[in-house]
Amino acid sequence: MTQGHSTGDLHLGKLGTSGMMLGALVGFGGLAATLGLDGLGGSGLFWKSYLFGFMVATAICLGALFFVLLQHITKAGWSVTVRRPAEAIAANLQWLWILFIPILVLVWTGKGAVLFEWCNVEYMQSDHVLAGKMGYLNATFWSIRAVVYLGVWALLARFYRTQSVAQDSDGDVRRTMRMQWWAPIGIILYGFTQTFAAVDWIMAIQPKWFSTMFGVYWFAVSCTGFFASIIILITLLRGAGYGKAAFTREHFQDLGKLLFAFGVVFWAYIGYSQYMLIWYANIPIETEWFVPRQLGGWFFVSWLLIVGHFALPFVLLITRWTKRFRNILVLIAIWMLAMFIIDVYWLLMPMVPEVALAEATSWNQLQTAVDAGKVAIGWNPSILNLTALLGMLGLVVCGTFFFLGRASLAPTADPRLSEALAFENF
Amino acid sequence: MSPSTQTNETTPLWGLAAQFSSTAAIYKAAAKTREAGYRWFDCHVPFPVHGLDKAMGVQFTILPILVFFAGMTGLCVAIFLQVFTNSLELNLWAIVPVVGYQFEVSGKPLVSAPAFVPVAFELTVLFSALATVSLMLVLNKLPCLYHPVLKSPKMKRITDDRFVLVIEACDPKFARSTAQAFLESLDPERIVELEA
Repeated sequence: MTQGHSTGDLHLGKLGTSGMMLGALVGFGGLAATLGLDGLGGSGLFWKSYLFGFMVATAICLGALFFVLLQHITKAGWSVTVRRPAEAIAANLQWLWILFIPILVLVWTGKGAVLFEWCNVEYMQSDHVLAGKMGYLNATFWSIRAVVYLGVWALLARFYRTQSVAQDSDGDVRRTMRMQWWAPIGIILYGFTQTFAAVDWIMAIQPKWFSTMFGVYWFAVSCTGFFASIIILITLLRGAGYGKAAFTREHFQDLGKLLFAFGVVFWAYIGYSQYMLIWYANIPIETEWFVPRQLGGWFFVSWLLIVGHFALPFVLLITRWTKRFRNILVLIAIWMLAMFIIDVYWLLMPMVPEVALAEATSWNQLQTAVDAGKVAIGWNPSILNLTALLGMLGLVVCGTFFFLGRASLAPTADPRLSEALAFENF
Repeated sequence: MSPSTQTNETTPLWGLAAQFSSTAAIYKAAAKTREAGYRWFDCHVPFPVHGLDKAMGVQFTILPILVFFAGMTGLCVAIFLQVFTNSLELNLWAIVPVVGYQFEVSGKPLVSAPAFVPVAFELTVLFSALATVSLMLVLNKLPCLYHPVLKSPKMKRITDDRFVLVIEACDPKFARSTAQAFLESLDPERIVELEA
């Protein structure tokens, strides 16, 4: 490959601007609609929808950050060209913290209980188990941690983005060395922050429940979101006539492999491991999380995830041929993105009141009570969920196209660029 | 020279070998041989030459498909084994009562799908792994204790710095004179007759 290829179709002109405008329109429109439909009431539904949208957006960007760090830690050659779009997605972490401020304000103004039960101090003190968790689950410590996570992500994303873009103009190999030197430290920081963020922002919705596997599960979730997104993104770019030489069939196959490995097999492995141990031990404090997920509408969502997030894509992605044709691969990626969003929804929304669990005499009795509408299980799909999701995704799309438009679509001066362009799978 | 290096008119011809001194030459020769319609030919090279299998027109292996079915067999065996031994209760020939290991563990039903998954997973992997290795050997016709190419001392440099293309005599298009003329047209260093 020659430099001639790397100049013409690697600069997003108008497409960058129109992508940004569209993203901003959907983003701000979605968030405004969510606020408006809620009547500025700050209901529990609004905040859950907001957190849901935020977690979907964060997951995709975190997956991108992981991918970038992974390429540097392994000194990978094949992925150089697709690393730049990943850097652009991860770069959103530089501003994503702004969207978390409302949640911080909510917790600090003492109204956090609509989202996190642990914000209710009296409730926490009333229970022996919960009282013991107050050293960790309190507004001050929780906020400090949130600032640390968001800060670490913003700094890491900024460092890798700026170093890589700066290399385009000066071609300094020491930048690659510097990025590689920081990658192991970065990936350790990433591992801790994303694990604790999952614990603080999702697991803590049900303060009594705990799972040591949850951080790993969240990692699998974010990888699913990211790999599906980047396949869709570079298919779009290629479809619009960009990066024809940079993003080859081989890159699609390898991204398909990673989607298969992290998003399908690893996700199922972790999800099953978490479920099986809780199912076998059958201790109320642990099973309370899975109980609402097997009741009412959630029962079907759980099955949809087993079949649609694991069984179906497993068969579809296991052969080499589906991964090598991007028209087929992108359809699977769109499906997986939808499954990923449903998975995040499934993680955040279901909830069954403790009183109902305590009073239930048998599973059948609980099921009847749920079917009769006497026991709430958090099953209230609402337009607010959708608008908040579209809002957050729109903003991420806007940010991604902003970052894509500001630099070349592939790192044109990376020392391993030729390796990526000549790369072939066996 | 030992007598075996001389072509013996009485021993049958196994194939004709053309020796080249560069990867580019063997790559071009392989493509031309395929275009000329030969199917039973092979390239012997001291290290992997990228793209050579494409130039030769080597078909993509069928192994993954076989392994998929081996894995599915493992899955079915695991499920059958567990369901059968855990919940078995039947009368053989209507006289011999057969009862499986019907242990109730922590109040779970005898047939509990979540408990069966680890074994099902492991057997799927085991069957796939064993099938991969054994079918790889079968498809490659390994172990191969004797190969005519290795018999000729003139072929020794294929493990060092020479690249050899062999057209086998069993190729339906193979005729001694035309094959020799064809190989000469590829401009090799030399042509060696290989006996079986």
